[in-house]
Amino acid sequence: MQRHLISAADLTRDDAVLILDTAEEMARVADRPIKKLPTLRGRTIVNLFFEDSTRTRISFEAAEKRLSADVINFTAKGSSVSKGESLKDTAQTLEAMGVDAVVIRHGASGAPYRLATSGWIDAAVINAGDGTHQHPTQALLDAFTMRRRLVGRDAGIGQDLSGKRITIVGDILHSRVARSNVDLLHTLGAEVTLVAPPTLVPVGVETWPCEIAYDLDSTLAKSDAVMMLRVQRERMNAAFFPTEREYSRRYGLDGDRMARMPEHAIVMHPGPMVRGMEITAEVADSDRCTVVEQVANGVSIRMAVLYLLLGGAVVDSKNVPAVSPTRIEEK
Amino acid sequence: MSKILIRGAKVLGGEPQDVLIDGSAIEAVGAGLSAEGAEVVDAAGKVLLPGLVDLHTHLREPGREDSETVLTGTRAAASGGYTAVFAMANTFPVADTAGVVEQVYRLGQQHGYCDVQPIGAVTVGLEGRKLAELGAMHESAAGVTVFSDDGKCVDDAVIMRRALEYVKAFGGVVAQHAQEPRLTEGAQMNEGVVSAELGLGGWPAVAEESIIARDVLLAEHVGSRVHICHLSTAGSVEIVRWAKSRGIDVTAEVTPHHLLLTDELVRSYNPVYKVNPPLRTQRDVLALREALADGTIDIVATDHAPHPHEDKDCEWAAAAMGMVGLETALSVVQETMVDTGLLDWAGVAERMSFKPAAIGQARGHGRPVSAGEPANLMLVDTEYRGSVDPAGFASRSRNTPYEGRELPGRVTHTWLRGKATLVDGKLT
Amino acid sequence: MDKQDTSDHQASDARPVLEGPDIARVLTRIAHEIVERAKGADDVVLLGIPTRGVFLAQRLAVKLEEITDRRIPVGSLDITMYRDDLRMHPPRALARTEIPGDGIDGRLVVLVDDVLFSGRTIRAALDALNDIGRPRAVQLAVLVDRGHRELPIRADYVGKNLPTSLRETVKVQLAEEDGRDTVLLGVKQT
Repeated sequence: MQRHLISAADLTRDDAVLILDTAEEMARVADRPIKKLPTLRGRTIVNLFFEDSTRTRISFEAAEKRLSADVINFTAKGSSVSKGESLKDTAQTLEAMGVDAVVIRHGASGAPYRLATSGWIDAAVINAGDGTHQHPTQALLDAFTMRRRLVGRDAGIGQDLSGKRITIVGDILHSRVARSNVDLLHTLGAEVTLVAPPTLVPVGVETWPCEIAYDLDSTLAKSDAVMMLRVQRERMNAAFFPTEREYSRRYGLDGDRMARMPEHAIVMHPGPMVRGMEITAEVADSDRCTVVEQVANGVSIRMAVLYLLLGGAVVDSKNVPAVSPTRIEEK
Repeated sequence: MSKILIRGAKVLGGEPQDVLIDGSAIEAVGAGLSAEGAEVVDAAGKVLLPGLVDLHTHLREPGREDSETVLTGTRAAASGGYTAVFAMANTFPVADTAGVVEQVYRLGQQHGYCDVQPIGAVTVGLEGRKLAELGAMHESAAGVTVFSDDGKCVDDAVIMRRALEYVKAFGGVVAQHAQEPRLTEGAQMNEGVVSAELGLGGWPAVAEESIIARDVLLAEHVGSRVHICHLSTAGSVEIVRWAKSRGIDVTAEVTPHHLLLTDELVRSYNPVYKVNPPLRTQRDVLALREALADGTIDIVATDHAPHPHEDKDCEWAAAAMGMVGLETALSVVQETMVDTGLLDWAGVAERMSFKPAAIGQARGHGRPVSAGEPANLMLVDTEYRGSVDPAGFASRSRNTPYEGRELPGRVTHTWLRGKATLVDGKLT
Repeated sequence: MDKQDTSDHQASDARPVLEGPDIARVLTRIAHEIVERAKGADDVVLLGIPTRGVFLAQRLAVKLEEITDRRIPVGSLDITMYRDDLRMHPPRALARTEIPGDGIDGRLVVLVDDVLFSGRTIRAALDALNDIGRPRAVQLAVLVDRGHRELPIRADYVGKNLPTSLRETVKVQLAEEDGRDTVLLGVKQT
């Protein structure tokens, strides 16, 4: 694992399993009367959000606070950014205040990568979603949810998702969640199928380590998990599909379709859901739908990532692994 | 003006010869020339070419003098071995009237580093709706012959047709920036494998190719000639090749960066690689080199596009598109075309001097190296190899994609009508 | 905070100071001491500190159950995230904290570890306990006390007091983790 978390593609299988295992321990903290650990005491983390995303920001904030970090929230709206200050100046201003890590959400693909590699700042950079590029902590929390449900909480420790068949349905073209999940799930040994109308599949997808299908019904029976992505209504106006009704009929998950999934299979959604569009209320509210679990798991995953990136000595050299997956014995 | 004797230069890459300049013209070319009192330039081992001509330069003046001026841009041109550059019309104000083009023309004459031939806008304000006063710009002191909305495509088929027809009256040519606007909304880079991975909006090859196909057919229909700016895809090459085989009067240019760089570089998210049209794939690069070698693509043009540091020192989406190119063009062409055996130096002279001057009708430029011709000449040390250091650029901007890259060739001398503008790699 | 050294190359020069039967014997003795001091041990909860403290706690629980004929709650307490030297090393993988079902509130918690050295591990364990509940009292059982305390902490139950120099290393091996039971005293390689 590097000093930063920019892309799910940067994680090795062992890195990813270590994060999931660590998250499993972090999850136990949530069951205690005092849901707080002193681990990041004295470390300062800024949540630098150039895009509105209340749920992701709150999830990171909860994780940071449970680890006792000092938290600074910075949202672009009403700040100097809206007066034209650049990403570089904003980041440097924050670093001058002694920030150890920057959690960044940005509308431009690659902005976190740029922040981490341009020499603008020294702080660790954690990508909380950039444009239509990556959202690695989302992919990690999805994988964590799948491992818990499909392998087991305790049985899953040390395990990946070998052989699990995951279907991701919806607007692949504009989805950082899909890109991150394809990378991470492939690394973890799962078989991924993307399902979307051809208009919402990117040109160039052929090199991705996954299958592409245009027909949802043919994939349901052989899926261990079906992940529904949000489809924005505005896409309709850009002729990506004709009408909401037609989209729902062809690519929406309803009770009938859910019934055709294997008994053990789960329904996932990164949220926020558009009920009636990609998912019906019946499915969204069923026991097989893990949406709420995913939110809870998000905090554990983000605690794990923050601990593994910031919980140890600062590694100066960029390419020296900051996390060694070996369990250190001496105490 | 005194005489200059260039001794032992490989003229157009051939056998060593001497070239004697008297005043603004070449007096003699031959072996063992001598001239009393002439200043002697030892050119042993170097290649002598006619002064290079760039049909596609952005000098930014008026309006964006923070990135380039006519002075800094023409100094950069002289550093790169150029004696004439065509200045694109997308300035502020737009060069769509006789007044603006004359101003730019005069600034070039006044500074004396390189002739500046303004390009006039095809449509008022580059807006694609209403033809600019093309005739007035042609008749002005600037004598505009090339018209382009470069930076924007003349996408309206009727406006394009009319422009192609209208300039026939005075032998002008329309240079098209081929980019179908609807297909490139939100485009950030070449659409393909890399854009899919990086999540950057795609600029599909078909957006260029469909416009080129339309425009060569329009040119054929109305019997005009058309010039295609910065052709960047293998498919565009095929269309131009087909058009030429059909006898359509089309010429095309390729930039140095499209001959060398690919969209793989965008993985760095470093905006120095952000350019329009975008860097394409290796397959496209090889097709462009082949097309430049076989004459399908006529010329190399730099699309020198200076931008201030802050417009590149940012996230990809916020960055400006474009690269500076005047000071590295010949090195990139040597690297990609000469050192690969695709072109000899005579071929380079054809594609970087004779032909661009002919397309743009640059008087006195792109002439043979022979007695009586204007002394627009340059010398390049082809044995040199060195890494590119933007700190040494004469351009006001530093947005080069080649920083730190080792490239061959170094321009040592440039003469504009017998007056040295570059001596031993230093501007005069 | 290092109280033992795990580099393998030292094992060759190390000499055993406790062998398998010795370890079994001292654990039996400690179990009896706990029963004696805790007046029957009816509210005792054993919490081992990973890795080897957990195995020792489980062995002690078996012995206590033999003596008292009652189930003795046993669990583990990972102190990694409470360490005071986190910033001196790369991040460590976490071990499991497993608190027995009835919790620790009002109980006598006996922390179990293999070697007591600087005392910093125990300091971290006390902090960790504090976030989990409020025991009636906390006691400490260790297999080996090698001295050199850096904090005002002492063990209530000690398997063996082993005077050492700082140049020496103490390595505990247990069958569950290492395939055999032994305590090795070695010399630190420079």
